[in-house]
Formats: sequence, C-alpha cells, structure tokens
Amino acid sequence: MSSKSPHPRIAVFKFASCDGCQLSLLDLEEELLDVVGAVDLVYFPEASRRMAKGPYDIALVEGSITTHHDAEQIQHVRRQSKTLISIGACATAGGIQSLRNWQDVSEYVRTVYAKPDFISTLKMSTPVAEHVPVDLELRGCPIQKHQLLEVLSATLAGRKPNIPTGSVCLECKRQGTACVLVTAGMPCLGPVTQAGCGAICPAFDRPCYGCFGPMESANAPALAQRFRVLGLSQPEIERSFRTYNAWAWQFRRVSEGSAGAPAAGHEGRQP
Amino acid sequence: MTPAQTPASRQGVNKIEVPVLARVEGEGALFVKTKNGRIVDLKLKIPEPPRLFEGFLTGRHCTEAPDITSRICGICPIAYQMSSIHALERGLGLEVPPQIRALRRLFYCGEWIESHALHIYMLHAPDFLGCQDVVELAALNRDAVLRALRLKKIGNQLVTVLGGREIHPVSACVGGFHRTPHKKELTDLVPDLEWALEASLETVKLTASLPFPEFEADYEFVALHHPTEYAMNEGRIVSNKGLDIEADDFEEHSQEQHLRHSNALHSVLKARRSYLCGPLARFNLNFETLPEVAVLAATLANCVPPVNNPFRGIIVRAVELVFACHEALRLIAEYEPPAQSKVPLPVRAARCAAATEAPRGLLYHRYEIEAGGLIQIARIVPPTAQNLRRIEDDLWSYVPGLLSLSNEEIAWRAEQAIRNYDPCISCATHFLRLDLQRR
Repeated sequence: MSSKSPHPRIAVFKFASCDGCQLSLLDLEEELLDVVGAVDLVYFPEASRRMAKGPYDIALVEGSITTHHDAEQIQHVRRQSKTLISIGACATAGGIQSLRNWQDVSEYVRTVYAKPDFISTLKMSTPVAEHVPVDLELRGCPIQKHQLLEVLSATLAGRKPNIPTGSVCLECKRQGTACVLVTAGMPCLGPVTQAGCGAICPAFDRPCYGCFGPMESANAPALAQRFRVLGLSQPEIERSFRTYNAWAWQFRRVSEGSAGAPAAGHEGRQP
Repeated sequence: MTPAQTPASRQGVNKIEVPVLARVEGEGALFVKTKNGRIVDLKLKIPEPPRLFEGFLTGRHCTEAPDITSRICGICPIAYQMSSIHALERGLGLEVPPQIRALRRLFYCGEWIESHALHIYMLHAPDFLGCQDVVELAALNRDAVLRALRLKKIGNQLVTVLGGREIHPVSACVGGFHRTPHKKELTDLVPDLEWALEASLETVKLTASLPFPEFEADYEFVALHHPTEYAMNEGRIVSNKGLDIEADDFEEHSQEQHLRHSNALHSVLKARRSYLCGPLARFNLNFETLPEVAVLAATLANCVPPVNNPFRGIIVRAVELVFACHEALRLIAEYEPPAQSKVPLPVRAARCAAATEAPRGLLYHRYEIEAGGLIQIARIVPPTAQNLRRIEDDLWSYVPGLLSLSNEEIAWRAEQAIRNYDPCISCATHFLRLDLQRR
C-alpha cells in the first residue's frame, strides 16, 4: 500500500460481488504482514485510501460484469494489467446473480426497486473471461485463501500454481469422510465439482452444493440422472445446478437440458 | 482516495471528487456542493451494481435462503443466515432446542469478533491516526496491528469450527445446524478466547485514547432489545423515541425510498425519518444487559450511555468485542451437544419475518412461501440501507464546520464520518467518491 517500492504492483478490483473473495486477502491473518512486505498493494480500496493508477503487475478481479459501466471498466483493467487473475465464482462464472440470465431482468428490477428507471443494468451477469482474456481463474464461492496465496506466489515466481483440478470426491476420500451420496443418498455435487474447499460440506453432513464450480471433465448429466434415481424432481435438479456457478456451461447444460459443450469461443458471450 | 480539486476559488463553485471511497465494503461516492460557504447539495452516491437477490429468491426453496442470502455479504454472511433462518422458523412454527439457540449465539459472537476487529483496526482506526491504511498503522504501532490480526483470526476460528470456513460457512440451516461440534472442539478455543478477551480490553483502552471530533446529534437509535441478554438473535425492535414493535410490524413503521443517486434503497421511519442502527444503538439501548466486564471497561473508558458522538462508536465497537469474547467463553462453558443437530422441517405456506443484529446493525428479512416451500416474496432490509439517510444527515451537519479546511482534508474527515457506520455497500445494494462543488 506504499507508493514507491521495487515490489510487484498488485491491484484489487471489484465488480458485482459480495466482497468476500477480496476479504480473503485480509483473512490471511498470519501471512498478511509478510504479503504486504513482499508486494505492493497499490490499489485495494477495501483496505486503503491510497489508490495508485496503473499499470499493475497483477490485477485480482472479483465480481461479475452486470452493467455497461463495468463492461467498459474491465477493458480498462485488462489494458492496465500484465497478469489478470479472476477470483471467485462471480468473476469466473457470473455468480449467483447470473440467475437473471434465465429471467426477464426488468422484472427482477421491478421486484427490488420502486423506480426501475433509475437502475442501469445489463440483461446478463457474465464472467470476466467473456469480456477480456484472463490469465488465471481461481474458483470458489468464496475462494480458499491459501489457494489465493499460492496463486500469488506462483505468479510472482513465474511458475504454474499448484491448484488441484480433480473433484471434491478426492478430498472426501483423502479425509476419510464417508460418501454422503452413496451412504446417505444425499444429492451431492461433489463428483462434478472442482476440489479446493477441503470437502467441507460432506464433513458437515450435508451434500456439496458446488460452490467451486464444475471440474474440468465433469459429467454433470450423469450425476443429474443419479439425482433422478434418488427421487429428485426436475425443478429440484435444476435448482441444485443453478446456484453460485449456474452460468458455467457444464452446469448449464444440465439445468437447460442441452447436450454438449458450447462451440469454442462462444461461451454465452454478451450479445 | 485523493479528491480531484477544481481550480475554482473558495467563494465560487467548488468541487471535490473522491471517485472511490476506501475502507468500506463495496462501492460508494460522496458528492458535496457548496455555495458561499454553505452546503446546497449533499449525496452519498451508491453506484455498486444491483444484484437483485430479492428477484431471484422467488421460486427457490425456503431451505436454500440461508446459503443464498449469505452471498449478499462476505463480511457478515452469518447475519444473513441467522435472519433468514429465524424468519422461516417463525413462519413454519419450528421451535429449536436451547442448545441450538446457544450455538447460534456463539456463531454470531465469532462473526462480531472478526468483523469488529477488522473495522476497528483495519478500516477505522487509521483515520484517527492520520494513516492511509493498516500498513501505515503497522509502521506506527505494529503491536496493535498484530493484536488486531490475532483477534480477527480467533473470531474466524470460532466461525470455522462451527461452520467449516470463515466466509460463507456451511453449517447453519433452517431447523438447526447440519452438524454440531463436539464439546472438545469448542473448549480447545478457550485459551485463545481468553487471550481475545484481554486483547479486547486493551482495544477499549486504545480506542478511548483516540482524538475525537466534537460532534453530536439527536439520534433515534434502533436495535433489537431482549429483557435479559444483549440482543443478537431475538427481541423486539425498539428505539429511544418510543418505537417498540415485533419484527412482523417493521414494514408498517418503516419505508424504503428509492433515490436516483443510490442503487441502495434508503430506509426511514415513517413517523420520524432517519435513524441509526448498529453498535451505538445497541449499546445505548441495551447497556444494562452487558456483562460486568464490558460495563466496567466502558465506564473506565468514560464511554457510557447516552453516547451521541458517532465517532466514539469505535470505542463502543471495542466494548462489544469485550462482550462477544466474554459471551463466547460463557456459551462454550455451558455447552452440551444437542441430541439432534436439527429439528425436522414441517413445510407449509407461511408469511414470516425476523430481524437479527448483524455486526453493523439490524438486518430484517421477510418471506412469503407457498405450501410446497417455494419462496414467493422475499424482502431484505440490510443495516447499511437503514443507516444511509442518517449518514447523509450527519454529513449535512458535520461538513459545514469543515469548510475552512482544504478539500483534501474535508474529504478525509467526511470519509471518516461515513466510516463511523462501518457501512457495507455490498449489503446495501443488495461506497465512496467525494465530489465537492463550492460556489
């Protein structure tokens, strides 16, 4: 947060989000003073009045793009940043607010606001990568703070971050948590959800609700079929895939009942 | 952020712009216009993009409300879980066993500790000491910052033991908890919480030694009030000016206004307009229910009700830290795991409301659900939406006394006054630029 130093310049930007992912930086209680000793947090409004202009070595971007203003702003952030890392489900998948993508957004606005004319918002809530090239994506609603530290250290060291891409199931097995899907018949999204949270939900005796989003090779339709066998109705299945990562295509193809992956470079880009 | 200053003279048009307000949760901006040394216009602008939670909650199952609404705010997710759970349990006629009730209070203590430690040391104290941020503060007083980080960590550990992680914890549900902790998981936290209690007492002393601007206002304080305990999850909504209602009647007495400059609705009382909720309101209304250790700390700090200087809210927050640590220790000492972690859910049609005390003040939820448990209507009034009008009112009376200062200095002091409320704009839109025009 000081202005002149030889350290890498890091900026933290926020779009539509809850602030939780950038709070993870401040939640690095034990490492925080070391982090600010090793990097220069030159733009981090949640924590400092000092806000330096770009260019930046690393931009951490939280939140999804939901307004015309933000769609322009993210272009500016990209131009100013050597490495752009989107953090959290909002930035990587559109977040819970992407539920508007299946609805008439003006109806939502009328539900919430007395004077809808005052509100300027896009029809869709979309991830950062649908607007600008993103160098790295860190998943989670919220992100896991030690993964954030790993991504920062790796980027600064010029190496690939060590972020697991397997499913939550692997974490349950490693921890010795009994499978809640097999043993208790809970509709668990663990088999299609990317690891990283530490498989918290099954350890708390509830099914994973997919807050880290789909793993790379997720076979979500097969899991949906399993949910049907467990007795879930179609609306229940839809709802379970439509939460914090609803707009991720692997989950979308289940909730929309469509077959395959979208064509490359065409992942629901803003019309 | 440094305000952009127009070259206009003091007597003419003057404009200061702070494009982004720092050290608040979310995006805000302040606009002030003066003419001949008098304020003619003042607006707290909220450009934070609307996320439309109340829209997409429609059609979701009521059991999803705690997890979904917690995503409104990464700083106080437990508050959203608690208000939604209490509202829905009231609607469904659920009674939870006393151990569950106690665990919820303990859960909330964890959130109060981490949120208050964050705000006191990392967001607000730097203003009083002329620091831009906590890093500058660490250069000035490293021990205080280390204390803050450990305090915050202990609050987060308590949340993590009960809920699996600090942000958006996963255990709370309508009917109880998905999993309740073993006694030992909680007693393991006791040494840290005992340290935290001492550190909180130090925090009261430190905050009481800060320089405070001379400023008072005739506030209407609004908070939950419980006859025997410092209210967190239960109680009537009361004020020092005669309000005394159940949460069910909240919307009859309050009104949400939608103004062009704010994507957060302004909540006011129909009878008397703006009001203040949060630590200062709780402290002034519920002082007699604080434990002795907190009362003593407040008294020694010369901070006893009525506190009408909002800047002294930082001491009050520290007193609430003392309370939360003491309360957590008490609850852990008395804890016995319940036979069942949650009670079964009888789903039926219901209209229901509840309010609980988020770290920054009263958080109101209302739901209407149909026979199958799907939400038909959701209404959420976060504390910052209730405080926005009061913040503007404070600035209308505080800023005129600052006009002899430079624009940069006015901007900073106005920001400090706004941060008295620990505003969470992510919540309020479901924070700040200073734009000062002098004429």
